[in-house]
Amino acid sequence: MQPFPFSAIVGQDEMKQAMILTAIDASIGGVLVFGDRGTGKSTAVRALAALLPPIKAIKGCPINAASAKDVPDWAGLKTKRSHEMPTPVVDLPLGATEDRVTGALDIEKALTKGEKAFQPGLLARANRGYLYIDEVNLLEDHIVDLLLDVAQSGENVVEREGLSIRHPARFVLVGSGNPEEGELRPQLLDRFGLSVEVASPKDVATRVDVIKRRDAFENDNAAFMLRWQAEDAAIRERILTARKALVKLKTPEKTLVDVAELCLALGSDGLRGELTLLKAARAYAAWRDDTALTRAHVKAVAPMALRHRLRRDPLDEAGSGTRVARTVEEVLG
Amino acid sequence: MANESWHHATRALQLLALDPGLGGICIRARSGPVRARLMDMISPDARRLHPAISDEALFGGLDLSATLASGQMIREKGLLETPCTLVLAMAERATTGLAARLAVALDRNTGHTLIALDEGAEPDECLNPKLAERLAFHVDLSDCGLQDTIDASPMNNIDLRRVVVPADLIEQLTRIAHELGIDSMRAPLFALHATRANAALMGRTQITAEDVEIACTLTLAHRATRLPEPETQDEEPPAPPPDQSDDSNGPEDSLDLPDELLLEAIRAMLPDNLLEQLAAQKARAGRGNGTGAARKGNRRGRPLPSRAGQISDGARIDIISTLRAAAPWQTIRRTATGRDGLHIRPADIRIKRFEEKSDRLLIFTVDASGSSALSRLAEAKGAVELLLAQAYARRDHVALVAFRGTEAELLLPPTRSLVQTKRRLAALPGGGGTPLAAGMVTAFEQAVQATRRGMTPTIAILTDGRANIALDGRADRKQAATDAQQIARVLRANGVDAIVIDTGNRPEPALRNLAQTLDAAYLPLPRADAQRLSQSVATALGD
Repeated sequence: MQPFPFSAIVGQDEMKQAMILTAIDASIGGVLVFGDRGTGKSTAVRALAALLPPIKAIKGCPINAASAKDVPDWAGLKTKRSHEMPTPVVDLPLGATEDRVTGALDIEKALTKGEKAFQPGLLARANRGYLYIDEVNLLEDHIVDLLLDVAQSGENVVEREGLSIRHPARFVLVGSGNPEEGELRPQLLDRFGLSVEVASPKDVATRVDVIKRRDAFENDNAAFMLRWQAEDAAIRERILTARKALVKLKTPEKTLVDVAELCLALGSDGLRGELTLLKAARAYAAWRDDTALTRAHVKAVAPMALRHRLRRDPLDEAGSGTRVARTVEEVLG
Repeated sequence: MANESWHHATRALQLLALDPGLGGICIRARSGPVRARLMDMISPDARRLHPAISDEALFGGLDLSATLASGQMIREKGLLETPCTLVLAMAERATTGLAARLAVALDRNTGHTLIALDEGAEPDECLNPKLAERLAFHVDLSDCGLQDTIDASPMNNIDLRRVVVPADLIEQLTRIAHELGIDSMRAPLFALHATRANAALMGRTQITAEDVEIACTLTLAHRATRLPEPETQDEEPPAPPPDQSDDSNGPEDSLDLPDELLLEAIRAMLPDNLLEQLAAQKARAGRGNGTGAARKGNRRGRPLPSRAGQISDGARIDIISTLRAAAPWQTIRRTATGRDGLHIRPADIRIKRFEEKSDRLLIFTVDASGSSALSRLAEAKGAVELLLAQAYARRDHVALVAFRGTEAELLLPPTRSLVQTKRRLAALPGGGGTPLAAGMVTAFEQAVQATRRGMTPTIAILTDGRANIALDGRADRKQAATDAQQIARVLRANGVDAIVIDTGNRPEPALRNLAQTLDAAYLPLPRADAQRLSQSVATALGD
């Protein structure tokens, strides 16, 4: 069964906007979605796959290499033909073992054929695509450590059981979770470019809309998919246009100052905040089909780019989203 | 009531058999004749799961024995690959990982339905909320006796798709869910599914008031987070939006069933102590899910000799020992099978083992204020030293936080060095105010860091409880007490274990409250010497 179409998700505009921005510029570095149960987090992420433009890759390559020279030797490919494939969106299930994530000695081959072969893991499959972790805050610590390292270096290094292999693993991290069930380490938080908080819609009319669409999806699937897949295709087109526009987009000095002042006022750690904010604002401007970056763009994406980069204050119950919004008002007016 | 819950359970099972979109049912009952009778209703093709099921069994994997016997790769099919009814026994013991995997399977609409058998004895032990959320029904059969059980009469149901859903039904269900304080969007969706399934079960193409009522009681009652207001009709006139009224279905399709009636039916299902239960749930939210705290090792563990075993989830094969075990048999096996190459049988497989222990960290948070210094600081120091000796024997880590004046100080970051701790402790001066909250904040920061490194922290607070310095450093007795309580709540929400040791001359009620907020052991120690203090702490720690 196909996933629920992205464009048919009612409301949750911030979450949808954040996902579109990472699709426009992958270097923004992924989205973290935090919210209660039953707010459409998983639905949105699974729908994302249909929204992403296809990529060109070598057929059968375990790391989705773009050109024949990037195909690793251990893949053992005989023919290297390029084909178009959907952008990989790989699920990293909770409790996945280290072997499954990084790849390990291929036990099957070792035992049946006596060969020392490498069995690529999830990180290889996610190369040039998305890595989705549901319940990211419940992920075990040793897997988190591993991810941090790979997400930083863009390379997966396997040194075990007599194997010594390294392969590129550049992916966009997408995580979702329920904050009530556990916190995320600041190091991992920092690796996510954008973060959004979702909540159930509060008014009955919107809620009715959600149920109606879901019901139509389940009981009148063909007609429903026909209608919304067209909308999804329109968004995909717009993403492609925005990617091209991004190159020509002008970034005035004035806006850079705005970005720096905002991050200073918020006291966000490191410079990653500034960089992400700038990239997100540029992607947003390109999405809006504007030719130059302005203060309005920065203001629009500031909460999602900076929310998770503030120092935590255990006594502040207002939430970091409000703190960012307040500071944006103060600094940028 | 008991009879009713049996009736609900059987009806829920019938609906589930009709519409897999309902996800499943959670049956809370101890193993016994009542549950056995209910299980008779479930199709015999149902596959059973247990909480420790491996990924291979769920998702499929290499069938090792067949592969080794034939010398070719043979795959085993996983439970989640073919649509079927899954019965999860001992559901309350399911780990978060298993719950997440099953939740994904249910989300994908692969046609699986899950029957979770929850045998929890305590209210704390229950099905993982992530999974419970994705199951439409929840029935509690603990009050149900065998005399209440009657076989459900067979129904002549019709195809689900023939049931006509009236235009305003969706609005009504959504409104009711909202009224009951149910935030999740899955609840009204399940109610809609159940309504439709019930009509189909009854062999009707039209939905009646009875269908809606049954569906609401079955799917919404157990999710309610607040009691519906008895007089809602004044505030919320149930007027359907105008764009719906000229729907092609016509007005005769719409149900003439007021919300109040439905809410009344649900209210009858709600337990009397709903609010207390909710409060208990909230308090528990930060403290695990009843499956027992997972022990995380901070090191990968000391390797132990490998031993014979089966390949299962997470186990790593020791290739060398496996080959060594298989080597002597090669000639015989080659002759026996007439096949060349390496012959390895399942019995040869050796599995790597590691010994992994989670180290404990004791964070001593010592009050060095003037009031303490006068009376008990020396004793407290003595007790800490005794505990240190014990900690050394168990190879625990210790950290030392002292608070006095206006702020707290980390005198010693987590260490195993006994000598260093003793030296710092002896040099600890006394005097000044009691910034209890500040001390707890520092201890908390240490605890969080330790958890991340894979240790199990316990905070031992030694104070006489007369907190008089607020977090911002002002001398304000009232604010200081509020701050301490607030930090205590944060500590508890993060699941940090604590012990409160009252070193005052008389037990301090404020400290007892604090210990309650922390869910910590409270040890008033008037006139105690160091020896007794350390014994009490050791007992409280459960050694």
